[in-house]
Amino acid sequence: MATTEKSVRTPRAPARIHGDDPSLLRRYSTGERLAHWGVAIAFVLLFLSGLALFHPFFFWTSALFGGGQLMRVLHPFIGAALAALFYAYAARLWRDNRMTPGDWSWARRMLAYMNKHYNVVPEVEGKYNAGQKLMYWSMIVVIAALALSGVVLWQPYFAPAFSSTARKLAGIVHAVSAFIMFVGIGIHVYAAYWTKGSMKAMTRGTVTRAWARMHHPGWYRRMTSPSPPAPRTSGAGR
Amino acid sequence: MALQSLDIKARSASTFAPPSARTTLEVAKLIDVSRCIGCKACQAACMEWNDLRDAVGVNEGSYTNPPDLSDQTWTLMRFYEEQIQGSLQWLILKDGCLHCAEPGCLKACPAPGAIVQHSNGIVDFHEESCIGCGYCISGCPFNIPRLRKEDSKVYKCTLCSDRVAVGLEPACIKACPTQALSFGSKETMLAQAEHRLTDLHERGFTKAAVYDPQGVGGTHVVYVLPHGDRPEAYGLPKDPSIGPLLAVWRSWVSRSLGVFTMFAVLVAGVFHYMKVGPLEEPRDEPRDGPGDGQGRPPRDASS
Repeated sequence: MATTEKSVRTPRAPARIHGDDPSLLRRYSTGERLAHWGVAIAFVLLFLSGLALFHPFFFWTSALFGGGQLMRVLHPFIGAALAALFYAYAARLWRDNRMTPGDWSWARRMLAYMNKHYNVVPEVEGKYNAGQKLMYWSMIVVIAALALSGVVLWQPYFAPAFSSTARKLAGIVHAVSAFIMFVGIGIHVYAAYWTKGSMKAMTRGTVTRAWARMHHPGWYRRMTSPSPPAPRTSGAGR
Repeated sequence: MALQSLDIKARSASTFAPPSARTTLEVAKLIDVSRCIGCKACQAACMEWNDLRDAVGVNEGSYTNPPDLSDQTWTLMRFYEEQIQGSLQWLILKDGCLHCAEPGCLKACPAPGAIVQHSNGIVDFHEESCIGCGYCISGCPFNIPRLRKEDSKVYKCTLCSDRVAVGLEPACIKACPTQALSFGSKETMLAQAEHRLTDLHERGFTKAAVYDPQGVGGTHVVYVLPHGDRPEAYGLPKDPSIGPLLAVWRSWVSRSLGVFTMFAVLVAGVFHYMKVGPLEEPRDEPRDGPGDGQGRPPRDASS
């Protein structure tokens, strides 16, 4: 700590961001992290407000949004913000989320992985394992379904342009997709909590070498091999 | 409830057991289309009693004026020109809420108490609880509720619940000069309609029928239609029902199962963590540095 502060103060020393430990590997750029947490906040708000409309048991959450009517006004705007932010963010990650044959064999061993029987689980080659990739693609689909059905339900701007049948169908699609999204995000949050060291990837942008070696050995090798230049720049690991 | 006449039978988006100590008389409005002369006195009386003033529009080549129901027009005389059995018929229908026994609007509504069904059969909107989502509009098989742009609230005929509550008949009934409109217990109204049917059949309207659609459990606005085999000629749906889509969309069972499953996912996470414990990586070895190229941890490293 002391040496870090000293080097920061030394005028000719190269600039170093506070806490940027050289032994750590960069996993997410600042932009990616901000986008992720923007999506996360929007999701929490949407989930709380949507839950009030989903089941009367939870109508009290509307009080958090200034009452039912204001909540109904806010919900679709937050949804539009989430969709815009999510797809901008997802566009940066899609290359790393292409499924490979190795991923499918990993996916078949997912239960063993969840029970920490590593000896039967194939090595992860990419920046993400198959579970993360499937989560990525399911969110791509589910958020599209939510956004499109949400437009059909959006009063007073778009809903009047659609037939009553279309609006009822959209209501079903919206509810089912929201349910899938909640379960998916629930698994996502839990997996991040369960896999120690992952949370830092999204809070500080870095992971430890030991974490990378264990969870993403292929990515670790690419990040640490001397041949490709600048392995520690943001968004690296492709 | 303060007024017995306003005992509530069903309340939107509520886990609600209706008070059942007393039974209220089920009411109905009978609209005898065969007696209607299309004078619009009922429409004017509705505006008068409910303090509604629709915008002055333009003539669109029909006596129907204004052209549609709105937040300011809760009942509307609709005029149709139809070819029936080789002759031109001028059909007139007093359109408005039918006060279904199984109201689709109430089933669709996600705002607690924004739509209530009184035990006398009146389906009423409580605008102060309305959130403006418009789901009731999708839920209504008769296309009746109208969303007001200025306040994002939905309005429709109340069957003058305020008048009925104190023993008065709805304003439209009071204004009708030809006794095309009657109000009373549903039983009496149906008997009166049957009596009128006999009359109409004798006069050659052999297809005359009572419109009290059972697909929505019957309604508390009942029509006598001279051409009862063709309700769609009057702009009324032939076999209205809430329909499977609304039943799936607003199903209590699936929603409760959904909430239960979401809760179960949280519990499963806790149980998994208790059983399996956290997934931890081994500590960094001290001699580790960039480019060591090894990559693989020992297989048992995480324990």
